[in-house]
Amino acid sequence: MAGADGDDSLYPIAVLIDELRNEDVQLRLNSIKKLSTIALALGVERTRTELLPFLTDTIYDEDEVLLALAEQLGNFTMLVGGPEYVHCLLPPLESLATVEETVVRDKAVESLRKISQEHSPVDLEVHFEPLVKRLASGDWFTSRTSACGLFSVCYPRVSSTVKAEIRQHFRTLCSDDTPMVRRAAASKLGEFAKVLELDYVKSDIISLFTALASDEQDSVRLLAVEACVSIATLLPQEDLETLVMPTLRQAAEDKSWRVRYMVADKFSELQKAVGPEITKNDLVPAFQNLLKDCEAEVRAAAANKVKEFCENLPEDNREQIIMTHILPCVKELVSDTNQHVKSALASVIMGLSTILGKDNTIEHLLPLFLAQLKDECPEVRLNIISNLDCVNEVIGIRQLSQSLLPAIVELAEDAKWRVRLAIIEYMPLLAGQLGVEFFDEKLNTLCMAWLIDHVYAIREAATCNLMKLVEKFGAEWAQNTIVPKVLGMANDPNYLHRMTTLFCINVIVHCCGYPYREITTKQMLPVVLKMSNDQVANVRFNVAKSLQKIGPVLDSNALQTEVKPVLEKLASDTDMDVKYFAQEAISVLALA
Amino acid sequence: MAGVAGGNDFQWCFSQVKGAIDEDVAEADIISTVEFNYSGELLATGDKGGRVVIFQHEQESKNRPHLRGEYNVYSTFQSHEPEFDYLKSLEIEEKINKIRWLPQQNAAHFLLSTNDKTIKLWKISERDKRAEGYNLKDEDGRLRDPFRITSLRVPVLMPMDLMVEASPRRIFANAHTYHINSISVNSDHETYLSADDLRINLWHLEITDRSFNIVDIKPANMEELTEVITAAECHPHQCNVFVYSSSKGTIRLCDMRAAALCDRHSKFFEEPEDPSSRSFFSEIISSISDVKFSHSGRYMMTRDYLSVKVWDLNMENRPVETYQVHEYLRSKLCSLYENDCIFDKFECCWNEWHSQVLYLFAIMTGSYNNFFRMFDRNTRRDITLEASRESSKPRATLKPRKVSTGGKRKKDEISVDSLDFNKKILHTAWHPKDNVIAVAATNNLYIFQDKIN
Repeated sequence: MAGADGDDSLYPIAVLIDELRNEDVQLRLNSIKKLSTIALALGVERTRTELLPFLTDTIYDEDEVLLALAEQLGNFTMLVGGPEYVHCLLPPLESLATVEETVVRDKAVESLRKISQEHSPVDLEVHFEPLVKRLASGDWFTSRTSACGLFSVCYPRVSSTVKAEIRQHFRTLCSDDTPMVRRAAASKLGEFAKVLELDYVKSDIISLFTALASDEQDSVRLLAVEACVSIATLLPQEDLETLVMPTLRQAAEDKSWRVRYMVADKFSELQKAVGPEITKNDLVPAFQNLLKDCEAEVRAAAANKVKEFCENLPEDNREQIIMTHILPCVKELVSDTNQHVKSALASVIMGLSTILGKDNTIEHLLPLFLAQLKDECPEVRLNIISNLDCVNEVIGIRQLSQSLLPAIVELAEDAKWRVRLAIIEYMPLLAGQLGVEFFDEKLNTLCMAWLIDHVYAIREAATCNLMKLVEKFGAEWAQNTIVPKVLGMANDPNYLHRMTTLFCINVIVHCCGYPYREITTKQMLPVVLKMSNDQVANVRFNVAKSLQKIGPVLDSNALQTEVKPVLEKLASDTDMDVKYFAQEAISVLALA
Repeated sequence: MAGVAGGNDFQWCFSQVKGAIDEDVAEADIISTVEFNYSGELLATGDKGGRVVIFQHEQESKNRPHLRGEYNVYSTFQSHEPEFDYLKSLEIEEKINKIRWLPQQNAAHFLLSTNDKTIKLWKISERDKRAEGYNLKDEDGRLRDPFRITSLRVPVLMPMDLMVEASPRRIFANAHTYHINSISVNSDHETYLSADDLRINLWHLEITDRSFNIVDIKPANMEELTEVITAAECHPHQCNVFVYSSSKGTIRLCDMRAAALCDRHSKFFEEPEDPSSRSFFSEIISSISDVKFSHSGRYMMTRDYLSVKVWDLNMENRPVETYQVHEYLRSKLCSLYENDCIFDKFECCWNEWHSQVLYLFAIMTGSYNNFFRMFDRNTRRDITLEASRESSKPRATLKPRKVSTGGKRKKDEISVDSLDFNKKILHTAWHPKDNVIAVAATNNLYIFQDKIN
């Protein structure tokens, strides 16, 4: 080897450093992801004085490179010499916190938050807090939005004068000219409130919250709803009525549907935050209004929360509130004009039965379930069917089966294959709930019909469904009900159906496994072997693939005398693929 | 300033002209949109060849003090390429229909550009440093022996000549079945809308794979189609309000707070038709080709074939002001129909300038024969100016032009019959803070500035 003074351990590092500027993004990205290796080789001193200044100015790069860089720098403390020098990481992260790409900025802020914890209280005031101030008073809104996420991490650890400054900066950003910054401030309001002293929450935060909640832009107002949850959690119960509720009531009746949507979407959180008394007096009527809102998006969001809201009502008069206030609204939603609303409701309505008990369910909810099972929109019916288990526990599924069956049959024959696919996926669940007799009597034919559907995705799902059914009902059931029908398809004139036979055999063998070697050898193997003479090559190579799967279950005699000759014949087939798979099977089964 | 549209002490003078002088104009070079950014520092043009050219305002200095209206090329890039939709067997032109700047968010500048189908977000940024020093190469680019590396070199950043880069940041595709006629950035700074003939979509600037359809006027049966959307714009301050104009000369104002779908408008602006002037061409010439909110958001302006109308958002039954752009063409509509000029889409733009005592409103829009018109809303004066090579001497004052309407043609007047209908000014832009205007005349971009005596 040449170069006695050379150090070949440096070579890979040298490549990594050079590739930081490679024209290929993938190589640059690769180098950035190994930044810690580079830093380790350079040592803490050179990392601080050379590598970091270089990185600070590399913000021209592609987003994914910058994202990786922002992430790396969050874990760099030890590589620059430990907590004592952690502030060296601030300049590159500061420049990353001002780029236009939100994901990169957010990651830079996340890393800044992380390393803020590694600053000593002194460093926090000397280095970190000035950075926050710089960002907060930056010319461009990108830097000011980033600042919003940093207040809460430094506030608890600085002196009271600095605290006052931080509060002032946050206040300024809450009334910033650009909606982007006000939105960033509104979304961090709750988090900032959590680290503030209670007195300041009451004096500062509440006024900011009220102002943001009545901002001229609805995109800002809707974020205040989220803050409402955290603020309400912080305040003592007696203050909620005066400090939070006026704003919340206003939001629930906001002119903009997006704000009302947000209230509906956060309803369970709000309910928990304000406690049972306010829930009873305020939230119940508000919830009723949201369920009757003129905008379908809002109704759908509220409908989604029906179960959760009812569950969390105070138990002492839960039933009464549901029966007199909520249920009438729910009844109306069942015949809503918008299908998204109905389908949102259908996905949760079954959950009410556990809350209301057997009698109420039979008397009040059952008619609604039945109506939804007959809904014109397949998604509504599917959502009801997918949640059958809740009702089964309370009243037993028999109550529903009369309506259930026509609904299932109709979905099973829906013209849209995605609908058929969805109902197939619920078959194993239904089979479990309804029991084997009901299944054999009513649903088995459907399952078999899907096997010859004209859409491949359906046939595939039907095959997979068979596997799940066999797992549920056992191998004996498979032998009696499934296997004869599947094997019958081997003579179908359509080669796609003949292939389905093979696919089904693959999964049945997989499920029944070794103990049921008998079925495999006696019933299925002959059929598979016979199909090796099929005129369609696709069928023949699938025979080879099937034999490869069946092989391990068979005894060596059958393998040698029956399988081997067939595979050997297939291995000399005129078709290339058939040959390939036959040879593969021979080598896997070690028959060579 | 006593009125930008003429007056004793106010005149417009020539500042610059961009583009080739050749009589022979390449189709690809025809300018299809002009737009100043928010500060007026940059001026973007798009052309039929799919290119975007950005001009930057020349910095004034002590020895060159009169550079208010001087712009130099800052960046040129190919925004759109011609495409072919194989499913519909349809050619997609690369022509840039609209450019809209985004409010500045950091040192870089961003703009949206669109052709008929695809909207793109571009970043225009500067770079003045370059990294130097490799481990495996020496200064001349020769490879070093990898086994002779004795120490590691970290690249150092060195200053270099300023380089301006334009990079595509996002591509918003596959959302429009018909031709996109407008894009407009919302005042919430995070969404924008795009309108085609029948639908308006709302996009988030950071999300390209999803947009919300907020207006859809496509009838179930296309034979029942009676009107199309011609332009749409977001309100400058209220993020929930937008307007769209139609080929029937009406404007609908929608409030996104009311419902997720804005099929039902909250205001409907329409001027009752004068039955006496009804003709075969009435519907064609009443079609609105452009709609723009005033900076305050209190008014909006619409351009139809022969006039510009100013509407107060609080009055739906008629415009507050109507300005005739080229009324003399009313008798020529038949021949303008035959040569298709009647379907030209003229745009219009506002100027709002105010001091503590004055509040000036002016309007600019284009006409034929390379004429463009200005209307002063305070003084009600109007002026016709011409963008031509003949008067393109530095700081030459623009002479008002007159078209003779009566039988007798006075001196300095041009007869209607000698107007050149191939020279049309469709796109103009007014500097947001200064009396500097950009006028696109076919393949040339003229820049004029005011001259106060």
